[in-house]
Amino acid sequence: MKENTSEQNKGLTGWIDKRLPVFTFINHNLRDYPTPKNLNYFWNFGSLAGITLVIMIVTGILLAMQYTADTELAFDSVERIMRDVNNGWLLRYIHMNGASMFFIIVFIHIFRGLYYGSYKYPREILWMLGVVILLLMMATAFMGYVLPWGQMSFWGATVITNLFSAFPVVGDYIVTFLWGGFSVDNPTLTRFFVLHYLLPFGIVGVVALHLVALHQFGSNNPTGLDVKSEGDTIPFHPYYTVKDYLGLGVYLIVFAGLVFFAPNFLGHPDNYIPANPLQTPAHIVPEWYFLPFYAILRAVPDKLLGVLLMFAAVMVLFFLPWLDKHKVRSANFRPYYRQFYWLFILDCLVLGWVGAMPAEGVYVLISRVATAYYFGFFLIIMPFLSRFEKTTDLPSSISAAVISEKFDNKEPSSESYVK
Amino acid sequence: MSEKDLKNKKSDVAVDEDKRDFLFVTTAGLAVAGSALTVFSLIDTMNPAKDVLALSTTEVDLSPVEEGQSLTVMWRGKPIFIRHRTDSEISDASNVSVDELPHMASDESRVKNPKWLVVVGVCTHLGCVPLGQKIGDNKGEYGGWFCPCHGSHYDTSGRVRKGPAPLNLEIPPYEFVTDDIIKIG
Ligand code: HEM
Ligand code: FES
Repeated sequence: MKENTSEQNKGLTGWIDKRLPVFTFINHNLRDYPTPKNLNYFWNFGSLAGITLVIMIVTGILLAMQYTADTELAFDSVERIMRDVNNGWLLRYIHMNGASMFFIIVFIHIFRGLYYGSYKYPREILWMLGVVILLLMMATAFMGYVLPWGQMSFWGATVITNLFSAFPVVGDYIVTFLWGGFSVDNPTLTRFFVLHYLLPFGIVGVVALHLVALHQFGSNNPTGLDVKSEGDTIPFHPYYTVKDYLGLGVYLIVFAGLVFFAPNFLGHPDNYIPANPLQTPAHIVPEWYFLPFYAILRAVPDKLLGVLLMFAAVMVLFFLPWLDKHKVRSANFRPYYRQFYWLFILDCLVLGWVGAMPAEGVYVLISRVATAYYFGFFLIIMPFLSRFEKTTDLPSSISAAVISEKFDNKEPSSESYVK
Repeated sequence: MSEKDLKNKKSDVAVDEDKRDFLFVTTAGLAVAGSALTVFSLIDTMNPAKDVLALSTTEVDLSPVEEGQSLTVMWRGKPIFIRHRTDSEISDASNVSVDELPHMASDESRVKNPKWLVVVGVCTHLGCVPLGQKIGDNKGEYGGWFCPCHGSHYDTSGRVRKGPAPLNLEIPPYEFVTDDIIKIG
């Protein structure tokens, strides 16, 4: 692709660009940036995640201007935001539902990577940085949920911090350290607020690295094939800027629908009851995006093992590039992997559902089976398939795949852009 | 994208430039309007909230304040100086030729009842609270208030007479509800 650097050497922009190449940088990364020409809509979710991060930081900072991190005042300060602050309800509902939207987006983003093998060579570090982002997001969301100091805030904080008490010998010390006292109390709330403010900026930093890593080899694509010639790519602008823009419009409609018509749909009503350290709500559940992990925790009858498995459920993602060493990236060409993959999606949904059910009777059994498949998928099926799975015929290049799909209406090799 | 690919596109029809411009302008226009509204709503959260605005009137009972005494009350987070002026303070204030003042204003224009002077106790220079409310305070060369920050002197009508302050002490909106009670705000 020819870069239009020449026109940038003139005028003020040229003068600045020579000394501080910001314009060249933008040009390289958002304009000329050669991008596979066959990306489908699942490739929109990265930019959506980035935009959501910005939305969260902006609304978060504005909320922090009104919020008071003190056990006596926190709940009322949130109610004040809802009632007295100009558009405070809007601000809070955007931030509250934004967290859910963020997780939906990032989960889809991850499942996209899982389907198209985006974690494989040479994108291992890109993928691992993604997992770091996920961990930071989980920590941030958990601490954010504690801030309104309702019943679910308090008891969620108590239960999650108590997870660490499972570790032998040091467990109790860790928990006391986390609390800064002998129960979840004012010191806990204060530090959670500080960290909830701090961590998103850590996420921004890791996202920057994530993008540096991405642009090293460029995006993967639905065929999973490497870019072989210039003909396989198109410039990012205008083709993908406009596609991202369309995706953003649809996304914001969904987001706004949630904010304006069902702002408490994903929340729990008990969190509108002020925290009471003397009374645990009858049925305590975490936010929906933690439910699958919560289900894994409860599936195991042993306290320590349950906690370890729950952490392992995220940590295992770090090892994906080495668990699945199959040469072919895209599941479109891996008939067996593809089936196990959809089963895995189903499994995650089941875990989410059972995590919201009481931990008794048949639910325990279901959660155990689902947990077994969760780990089985990564630790047994993936390594096994990478050795033995035969792939269907691979197209010779991205361009060849695109053309064969558009013009020979024979059996399409990928369903993704036929739809 | 290669020439060949372009030719292979389903539609070889010429691009309708007008339609494209129309779509571009409407899309961009809507996006700009939407973003502007959103940004406005969000920034508006930083304006005074309803509970803050609700604090904007204060009633004060003047009956315990003897002649020559002062009272400081809070209104909108700022001190309000209320002085029960003596006859000599009133005459000092009204016997000044208005033309000589840095910020011209007659005493009558600054009071509702000459016995009571009500001013915002915030120096018009850079916002310090002038001295002169407490017994023993330095009241400045004109017997009113003296701002210790950069040396502004105010007279018994709260008018600046000397120093860097550009304006007289501000008069808050207030009214006498009864002879002894005023409502500020
Ligand atoms: C705050 C959260 C995140 C942001 C803002 C973000 C941002 C992005 C962006 C803008 C892209 C390029 C567009 C795309 O391919 O969709 C991208 C690609 C990618 N992300 Fe993320 N990401 C986030 C979280 C994650 C997580 C949690 C993972 C994995 C565990 C992950 C894994 C990847 C991978 C593997 C790619 C390359 C995909 C490909 O080229 O096929 N990301 N990310
Ligand atoms: S603030 Fe009063 S003199 Fe400067």
